[in-house]
Amino acid sequence: MPDTGNLTTGGIGDAVQRKEDFRFLTGRGTYTDDINRMGQTHAVFVRSPHAHAKIKSVDTSAASQASGVVGILTGADMVADEVGSLICGWNVVDRHGEGHKAPPHPPLAHDTVKHVGDQVAVVIAETLAEAQAAAELVDVDYEVLAANVDTASAMSGPEIHPEAPGNLCYDWILGEEATVDAALANSAHVTELDIVNNRLVPNPMEPRAAIGEYDMATGEYTCFSTSQNPHVLRLILCAFVLGIPETKLKVIAPDVGGGFGSKIFCYAEETTCVWASKKVGRPVKWTSTRSEAFLTDAHGRDHVSHVKLGIDADGKFTALKVETIANMGAYLSTFASSVPTYLYATLLAGQYTTPVIFCNTKAVFTNTVAVDAYRGAGRPEATFVVERIVESAARELGVDPAELRRKNFIQPDQFPYETPVALTYDTGNYEASLDKAMSMIDYAGFPARRATSEANGKRRGIGISAYIEACGIAPSAVVGSLGAGVGLWESAQVRFNATGTVTVFTGSHSHGQGHETAFAQLASTKLGIPFENVEVVHGDTSKVPMGMGTYGSRSLAVGGSAIDRACDKIIEKGKKIAAHLLEAAVEDIEFADGNFTVAGTDKAKAMGEVVFTAYVPHNYPEGVEPGMDETAFYDPGNFTYPAGTHIAEVEIDEATGVTEIVDWVAVDDFGNIINPMIVEGQVHGGIAQGVGQALLEGTVYDPESGQLVTGSYMDYCMPRADDLPSFRVDMTTTACTHNPLGVKGCGEAGAIAAPAALINAITHATGTMTVEMPATSERVWRALQENN
Amino acid sequence: MKLEGSYIINASKEEVWLAMNNPEILQASIPGCESLEKLSETQFTAIVKAKIGPVKASFTGEVSLENLNPPHSYTLTGEGKGGLAGFASGAADITLSEHDEGTELQYEVEAQVGGKIAQIGSRLVGGAAKKLSDQFFRRFAAAINGEEENPE
Repeated sequence: MPDTGNLTTGGIGDAVQRKEDFRFLTGRGTYTDDINRMGQTHAVFVRSPHAHAKIKSVDTSAASQASGVVGILTGADMVADEVGSLICGWNVVDRHGEGHKAPPHPPLAHDTVKHVGDQVAVVIAETLAEAQAAAELVDVDYEVLAANVDTASAMSGPEIHPEAPGNLCYDWILGEEATVDAALANSAHVTELDIVNNRLVPNPMEPRAAIGEYDMATGEYTCFSTSQNPHVLRLILCAFVLGIPETKLKVIAPDVGGGFGSKIFCYAEETTCVWASKKVGRPVKWTSTRSEAFLTDAHGRDHVSHVKLGIDADGKFTALKVETIANMGAYLSTFASSVPTYLYATLLAGQYTTPVIFCNTKAVFTNTVAVDAYRGAGRPEATFVVERIVESAARELGVDPAELRRKNFIQPDQFPYETPVALTYDTGNYEASLDKAMSMIDYAGFPARRATSEANGKRRGIGISAYIEACGIAPSAVVGSLGAGVGLWESAQVRFNATGTVTVFTGSHSHGQGHETAFAQLASTKLGIPFENVEVVHGDTSKVPMGMGTYGSRSLAVGGSAIDRACDKIIEKGKKIAAHLLEAAVEDIEFADGNFTVAGTDKAKAMGEVVFTAYVPHNYPEGVEPGMDETAFYDPGNFTYPAGTHIAEVEIDEATGVTEIVDWVAVDDFGNIINPMIVEGQVHGGIAQGVGQALLEGTVYDPESGQLVTGSYMDYCMPRADDLPSFRVDMTTTACTHNPLGVKGCGEAGAIAAPAALINAITHATGTMTVEMPATSERVWRALQENN
Repeated sequence: MKLEGSYIINASKEEVWLAMNNPEILQASIPGCESLEKLSETQFTAIVKAKIGPVKASFTGEVSLENLNPPHSYTLTGEGKGGLAGFASGAADITLSEHDEGTELQYEVEAQVGGKIAQIGSRLVGGAAKKLSDQFFRRFAAAINGEEENPE
């Protein structure tokens, strides 16, 4: 990793300190809960304590008499107001050509509740304490129904939606099953593995929050929200749920303290606050408690898979067959259907030349909170499948797992490479990452280290994860053909002020990624102006022209490319003005380092002077508009394909089963890099999250009652600093071929790569085929006993 | 969640049986019971305050006596709503048998909790329930014997 300690100028490639860190680190950020509106009221949701029940009655009479109560609204009020269902924005077409089952998802339930935490009513009062006290008095009479929470058996459990017989949302395939079965039958060796990808609770540091406000004078609503994509939230609320014109709803997502995907979606609570603000004629504020976050934030992962990998006598992969059951939860969340299909099966080629691949995904409903995108979204699940089966195959065949991978890598001269699962990788060099990672961790020295560990009563293991992901979501026409209900372009507006400072308006939302810094570096370098002179504005639909938000590691590759295009327009216009001032032809004007020059001469005009002229156009070219303010939309030509190799080394205490991660190397290819410090931080955070999944985090619903029993930090274990080693991070670079910046995206890589590396290392140490995630000390200890 | 145990009460089976059907003794015995009203010979309404780990709740609910087999056994079922704290429900099979020191009372409880109690306190519920039932039977035995049991 480049030295990040040097003070720098803030251009592309500099590890400049983040502009936003002063306010974040000194507690001066403005988060949704920090905002208080004149006349504001407080909302508390009455939630189902049952996993599955009929609502027989909701009695609000006692609660409505309680001190400070402004209003109590129920599902029946929403029905009366014709409030729409919360939608899923991606229609997955199943193997029979039918669209997925998307049963109604009312923001306030009115006939049945389908998971613990489902909203039944909202109590709005002058103070939070009064709202909580009154909510205690809302008497809901339930007829309890049998709960169905287990992913693997969901299809044979009690039915949850009449619209989805057998609790099947869709039965979807990619590839030809017969071809893959034939290839497997003809393979010299077939490795099989059952794989569970454990369910995760997202746990961003800042819980969700919302304020709805209605201005009677203008008929305009404002929604302050912890959203990762305010424009998409506005679109869903307006066009699908509340029927408000987009001109009459402003969505503001101010500082947001982490999202990891869970804040992409349109939830019941912000919907209710916006709707209720008009009903009660006052702003309505809700801030999730941590307990509510566990129950209602969309969870991640939750796949159960059976996997077969065929290998020929030369060690070349012949075919891969993956059958997955994916838990959707009780309702289909905003992008839930796309995660275990187009963001999962399409990545099953991994870094390899496997010629035929078949994937069948059955998405099922259960009486659990919705499952949707969570850092990596489908790609961690795909990587876990591929890298676990490859490692297992190598062990079965008695060959070095690194060499088996190397033998099957797509080679640098094969790009662009069309995989059998619908993607075309534009570029990469997988062996370069593997080689560098092996050298960094001294792979060859492992047997000696293992011997030392064994002498000390410890088991030692080493595990590789050679991951790939598809980022920069996404080419609109491609995702449209696959069922997406939106285009996945991004917009940017670059506005020079007369004095030469620049405001960049971006539709990408920053909630920890450092956009205010990286985008300023990008604009500063491109326009040749000081880093300090660029401010980035995001998260307000009334300021930013349009946007599709932040997820899928898309902000730089798509949002950054839009900024690049807007800067190009600025430069093109600047050339016309400079040509006029320099009395030269436009074609002869060149722009570099902030100066317009006449080619081959020393005649030049600085950007600042050209901009000033645009706003004070006393001496100005004919037919050119005044001002220097350009907007661009960028629709990517392809996904980007970050890839790399992580290697984890663990030492396990035989007596206790406690795993210590003793070393971790990550070699990633993210294409060109704007700020290496931010990238390294993203890698560290991603690995920590992946380690959390592999070692610590497990979500458990009681199989009988459907209660969430891991519903607090007493029972749900998040990774801490002392669970992690000091990561050693390095890069290889193949620039993305199809975006102007040559960038790929880095936000999810760590979380995608890490679980397979760690479980491969742990199973290497235990000598067992598998240890399920989270690999708690008990599970590891049991694996050790099994092998003894 | 399942819970079982037995207590020796220094009284005859008939005396214990009568106490098991006496709302005043039951109210005095149930930890945190603020009221127990008799609706019929076998139906009561109750308000019970309980604290499980960090969750405090006031449960309002119905208690009924079923499978009556005097003076040998009955099933006590209850269901309480605790507002935002969630709910608790359960059934206790209680059997009396003669014993050298009086009467042996055996119980088997099957209980369920939901909502916040389950979410926050699932690992604490077992311990709390054991403690509450110990308290109940200690008080119950004391009440039959006309002793004062210091409330905790």
